[in-house]
Amino acid sequence: MEQTGQRTTRRQLLSTIGMLGGSALMYNMMTTLGYAAETQFKGPPNLSGAKKGASVIVLGAGLAGMLAAYELTKAGYKVRVLEYQDRAGGRNWSLYGGDTVTEMGGATQKVGFAPGNYLNPGPWRIPHHHRTLLHYCKAFNVELQPFIQFNHNAYVHNTDAFGGKPQRFKALAADFEGNVAELLGKALDQKSLDASVTAEDRDRLKEALREWGMLDGDMKYAKNLRSSEHRGFDRPPGGGVNGAPTPSDVFALKDVLDSRIWRNMAFFMNDEFQTTMFQPVGGMGMIGKAFAREVQPLITHNAKVTRIDQGKKGVTITYGDTGTGVVTEAKADWCVCTIPLTVLSQIENNMSAKMNAAIAAVPYSNSVKIGLEMKRRFWEEDAAIYGGHSFTNQEIGLVSYPNNNFLKDGPAVLLGAFAGGMGGYHLAGMTPEERIEAALAQGSVFHPESYRKEFSNGASVAWNRVPWILGCCARWTEETRAAHYQTLVAMDDRVVLAGEHASYVGCWMEGALLSSIDAITRLHKRALEA
Amino acid sequence: MKPALAAAAAALLLAAPALADEPGPGGAKPPVPVTGQQVYQMVCQTCHMADGKGAVGAGAFPSLASNPKLKVAAYPIVMVTKGRGAMPWFSDLLSPAQTAAVITYVRTNFGNAYPEPVTAEDVARLSPPAGGH
Repeated sequence: MEQTGQRTTRRQLLSTIGMLGGSALMYNMMTTLGYAAETQFKGPPNLSGAKKGASVIVLGAGLAGMLAAYELTKAGYKVRVLEYQDRAGGRNWSLYGGDTVTEMGGATQKVGFAPGNYLNPGPWRIPHHHRTLLHYCKAFNVELQPFIQFNHNAYVHNTDAFGGKPQRFKALAADFEGNVAELLGKALDQKSLDASVTAEDRDRLKEALREWGMLDGDMKYAKNLRSSEHRGFDRPPGGGVNGAPTPSDVFALKDVLDSRIWRNMAFFMNDEFQTTMFQPVGGMGMIGKAFAREVQPLITHNAKVTRIDQGKKGVTITYGDTGTGVVTEAKADWCVCTIPLTVLSQIENNMSAKMNAAIAAVPYSNSVKIGLEMKRRFWEEDAAIYGGHSFTNQEIGLVSYPNNNFLKDGPAVLLGAFAGGMGGYHLAGMTPEERIEAALAQGSVFHPESYRKEFSNGASVAWNRVPWILGCCARWTEETRAAHYQTLVAMDDRVVLAGEHASYVGCWMEGALLSSIDAITRLHKRALEA
Repeated sequence: MKPALAAAAAALLLAAPALADEPGPGGAKPPVPVTGQQVYQMVCQTCHMADGKGAVGAGAFPSLASNPKLKVAAYPIVMVTKGRGAMPWFSDLLSPAQTAAVITYVRTNFGNAYPEPVTAEDVARLSPPAGGH
């Protein structure tokens, strides 16, 4: 950066701070000034110069496995990939009309969506700071579009508030903020906060409360055109004779608190749920397909790994063909294992006892997603909801609206449930038909006139019943992280694990990719030293 | 949910900020199962299946049907409350009373005949505090 006039440049300022306060302070200042990134991504791994003939076997063709295969091939390794499914992509997956899904227990669904419609059973939204994933989307030509994460006009439903009637997010959030602003204003006027706030800040805070909370001249939150600007009007502004807007009633504080609206407001403030978010055009599975285009010739499908055996000379993987049952041994110098821990904990191996203890210490969460195809976009046409989520405290958790093809005629697919915890287990234990019925019964609360009437067909995925993973995502706790994480990510002789389970960005594709980059970088270093 | 358990669950919620793509604030009020059969159908049968026989994919869900490991009650208590491998812990989802009820149910159904009931006290004695291990 060129120095201009007498102004101190950011670099000068930073180097001064670095000298005075050490690197921790420097890092904090860099964050404040917008230099430090929200991700640990430093660009794709720049590996090269593999020993002649060195080989790697990758277990699993999800994003972590395919990234490893792609980058290690570029580095000069002879790579092959074993994959249990007949499809690459792992949890990066979209279901389309004509697809068939068979779950543990044998229930089979034939997806009946119209052409172009899809359900993303797994990942469905990409934070703007997941730079690794965005890097590979760009590199592999995956077209992205906005994912409408935050919609002020969607609903919030709580069975314990408003007699079970859903309300618009904007009305509840406006009334929560308005009430909090008014109460805080009163506390300032009553001098309750004088010990904490200077007189100057007290005046500025009152100004802030009036502007932020849409309070009137008397510092009251009340029914008027000002509060309606946040919460919505009774009669919105229009043209001509009746163009003048009329204000809407504000809710009582007790009702607003009953709705627990602060949980929704706080959710949208989470680092990973802030806008901008993205989705691939045509379904999340486009990312897996793009990776597969790069490495498909390396993949052996329908391969069920039954043994991982490592010795002085290399790694031997025993696998059976899930169709024919034919058992084969594959050998390589090194192994990148991305098999989910739920499955890996059941595979015979001679990795260290510590590693096996780590693998067995991390169970997976469960979640259920249900796609409902509707004959028309009644949420858009009747309720002015374009993308985003309506939340409920019922088991389905939410209804999420499609983020593409706005204002079009014809069928569209809603996400009719994204359920975890107790509700997720309950929905998962149902038959696919029972799940659809539960989703229709609970989701009808938002769109009672249309939900069942416009329903056409549906499909569901209960992650713990997905045969190749038996769960959704690795569930770490502070205790298991402390006891096992470093063991799990360390190279165990010739084997290194990778996947979202081997990261602190758990349950995100970014975690799988960052884990894989770290794993293969260390593997490459070890291979060069060997 | 009992008040104490609800408070513990709420504390857990606050202690663990969102670090996964999760449902968010929805789904906070599922039905509360009381009997052993209700707990089984709501929580256990998704993996161990309605007939208790489990299922096989790339890995397997063990069968609970006619399973001699259920003879000593401590085994299912520790498995349900602490988990192991693909089996998660449920000490943060199920109260000791719910855990006792479902273990009693499984030990007296699906071809198992271990009639001595498991009590909430048995569970509390063997299980860690809510929040898993």
